[in-house]
Amino acid sequence: MPGMGEGLVVARGLRKSFGAFEAVRGIEVEVAEGEVFGFLGPNGAGKSSTMRMIACVSPRSAGELSVLGRDPDREGPRIRARLGVVPQLDNLDIELSVRENLEVYGRYFGLSRRHVRAKAGELLEFARLTDRADAKVDALSGGMKRRLTIARALVNDPDLLLLDEPTTGLDPQARHLLWERLYRLKREGVTQIITTHYMDEAEQLCDRLVVMDGGVIVAEGSPAGLIERWSTREVLELRFPSDAAPPVAELQPHAERVELLPDRVLLYVPHGERAQAAVHAAGVRPLSALVRRSSLEDVFLRLTGRTLVD
Amino acid sequence: MVRVHGVARVLEAHLRWYRRNWRATAISSVLQPLLFLLAFGLGFGSLVGARAQEATGGADYLVWLAPALLAMSAVQTGAFEMSYPVLAGFKWRRTYEAMTATPVEPGEVALGQLAFVTAKSLLTGAVSLVVIALFGGVRSVGVLGSLVAAVLTGAAVAALVMAFAATRQDEGTAFNAVFRFVVLPMTLFSGTFFPIATLPGWVQPLAWVSPLWHGTELARWAAGVGASDLVLLHLAYLLVLVGIGSGLSMRFFTRRLTA
Amino acid sequence: MTAPISGLTWLLPAGSYAGRARMLLLRSATASRRTWPAVVSGFAEPVFYLLAMGTGLGALVGTLPGPDGRELSYAAFIAPGLLAASAMNGAVFDATFNVFFKLRDSKLYDAMLATPLGPVDIALGEIGWALLRGGLYATGFLSVMAVAGLVTSPWALLALPVALLVAFAFAAVGMAATSFMRSWQDFDFVTLAVLPMFLFGTTFYPLSVYPPVVQVVVECLPLYHAVELMRGLTTGAVHWGMLGHLAYFVVMALVGVVFAARRLHALLLR
Repeated sequence: MPGMGEGLVVARGLRKSFGAFEAVRGIEVEVAEGEVFGFLGPNGAGKSSTMRMIACVSPRSAGELSVLGRDPDREGPRIRARLGVVPQLDNLDIELSVRENLEVYGRYFGLSRRHVRAKAGELLEFARLTDRADAKVDALSGGMKRRLTIARALVNDPDLLLLDEPTTGLDPQARHLLWERLYRLKREGVTQIITTHYMDEAEQLCDRLVVMDGGVIVAEGSPAGLIERWSTREVLELRFPSDAAPPVAELQPHAERVELLPDRVLLYVPHGERAQAAVHAAGVRPLSALVRRSSLEDVFLRLTGRTLVD
Repeated sequence: MVRVHGVARVLEAHLRWYRRNWRATAISSVLQPLLFLLAFGLGFGSLVGARAQEATGGADYLVWLAPALLAMSAVQTGAFEMSYPVLAGFKWRRTYEAMTATPVEPGEVALGQLAFVTAKSLLTGAVSLVVIALFGGVRSVGVLGSLVAAVLTGAAVAALVMAFAATRQDEGTAFNAVFRFVVLPMTLFSGTFFPIATLPGWVQPLAWVSPLWHGTELARWAAGVGASDLVLLHLAYLLVLVGIGSGLSMRFFTRRLTA
Repeated sequence: MTAPISGLTWLLPAGSYAGRARMLLLRSATASRRTWPAVVSGFAEPVFYLLAMGTGLGALVGTLPGPDGRELSYAAFIAPGLLAASAMNGAVFDATFNVFFKLRDSKLYDAMLATPLGPVDIALGEIGWALLRGGLYATGFLSVMAVAGLVTSPWALLALPVALLVAFAFAAVGMAATSFMRSWQDFDFVTLAVLPMFLFGTTFYPLSVYPPVVQVVVECLPLYHAVELMRGLTTGAVHWGMLGHLAYFVVMALVGVVFAARRLHALLLR
């Protein structure tokens, strides 16, 4: 395709609208082979619409998109044959057993009976579900279902794995097990695109990510790069008795940025303890003070605002 | 312990839900008896003529059919409303769990559900009755008694199906089997469309077990187109079934909601 | 670049057919392994009707004139009607309730679209399953008819393929209709469509019972044409006019499939 780069996924001016509503308003993305790429953003930012376009189940409204070097509008089935998709909500086949879910799904790809049987055994092992192979899907816990969905997405040995909020609703044990599995796939060279609104997940998994808000990309980079660009190295959190916080102007000289919240004041600073000493010297007496490293969450909230999105 | 006000609160919750969702079942529950009446009472009735009057004891086939269709419709409503909706209350919508998180007791949840389904079949039965009257299916005010008999029959079946549904962990194919092998044969072999005397002798004892046969006999007697000799037996049989069904339901609801 | 033109696919958007509809049959067969008694026992329903109405109502009616004027026992008169109705009921049930569940509740079709399968594969695969099921019921019911002595002509063998065509047409149209349903509440309309056809489509008594105006309305119902075909075949009263009834179902099936696939495409590939 002329003008398109070499990436596994290349989007140029990509748009998606539903009637008058524009879910995605012209984004530029390029995902390289072997990389783990993240879409971050609040609900309604356009992440899932973008993922559906890449998964070739949603025709684009405008712009260009190439997935695995092909055009999704014309060669959807050929592209999907090389993709693994983990949707936001598990859509396992509840009328089938755990093993049958893997085997039947593999057959949709046209894989041979013998191949899917062997592959299902391997994937059950990968998802730690071997002893539940003949259980009905209904009887599995949330974490088990999620692992099965991910295992199912690997049945065709995909070149590109799409994961839409892979760990939402899971307990910490299940999340860490999933992260470990995804990391293993990354080492095996499987390119992954992940959407999430867990910042720790993005920091753990992604080589590179974009932050989306209102259908556009508002920032792009590696987790560390984004923190460096959009936040300070550390954050000083000060708590005051109710209604006794000093005016922002009084704290402003000691920080690059000051944020006043209902229950505390955040000072974005290069060095937390030094700032704390300076504030103390200036006569400010908080109830408590906490110094922590800046996180992707600070970047996220700065870029997409603290207002609740519904 | 079951308290009247507990049952009333559950009934109120169902009625509020029904106010928003009555359209979903309005067509089938009101139109179904009417369609059967038109197809068999008028269409089929015109074929059989005098020959049918021998079987109906001299009554017009249409008038003879109408009270039985009220009972049939109440049974179908009762059976269906207590299958998937009850399992949904336990499993999918979890409304029973929400109810028993308040001072409402499991037994009251069961009886409230039965009260709602009974109220619903009374309502749709009354509307059907008006429509049936417009098509000439009614000759006496006694048909109001038929409506009561029909609602009682529906309640007997509803209570039994509710007890069964309360023991199901997942839908599987159990409800399907109940509809196919219990409810359908019951509607066909309980003397709704023809007197059971026209069936082979070995089938007739099956009808004696069927609540719908007792309800149909009762409904026909009230409308003045049936025999009066076994009326008290029919009534007693239906009341006993309501009692057994309610008792079992309360037990199973309590077991499932407090386990 | 032009999409390959084969069969019906020229009516449908590119990339909607991977030629793998049979994988859905495989899936349905696997899923039915645990529930086969429920699937198989479906053929009992028309048998119950035949037993009840054939004996009970038959005692009231006596005999009725068949398609060629010969008198038929009441059971022999309604049996072909019930055969047609069971082909309709089985297919409509599969293509409405079961399809709606997979479309909206379990999101099974979304999972399938993450593979090379397209909406046409899904439509054909699901309709194909409804067809197999309809064929199974028809075979079972025809055997019952034969054993009960209600089949009087070798033409009755053709009732099986005709039942398949009827099931195909109803499944296709049912699936297209399902795509318009917004919630389970809308399923009352399925009852509203199927029950009057079952009751008034000349299953239980001849067309001549109706006044002329109603006769015309009944003649438009698909089930009426199915009943005519079945009654002609099982009694041996075969005539060229039956090709017209067949044509009705061929058209209904084609329109249904194209419509169903297009609607699935619009719903799933938003």
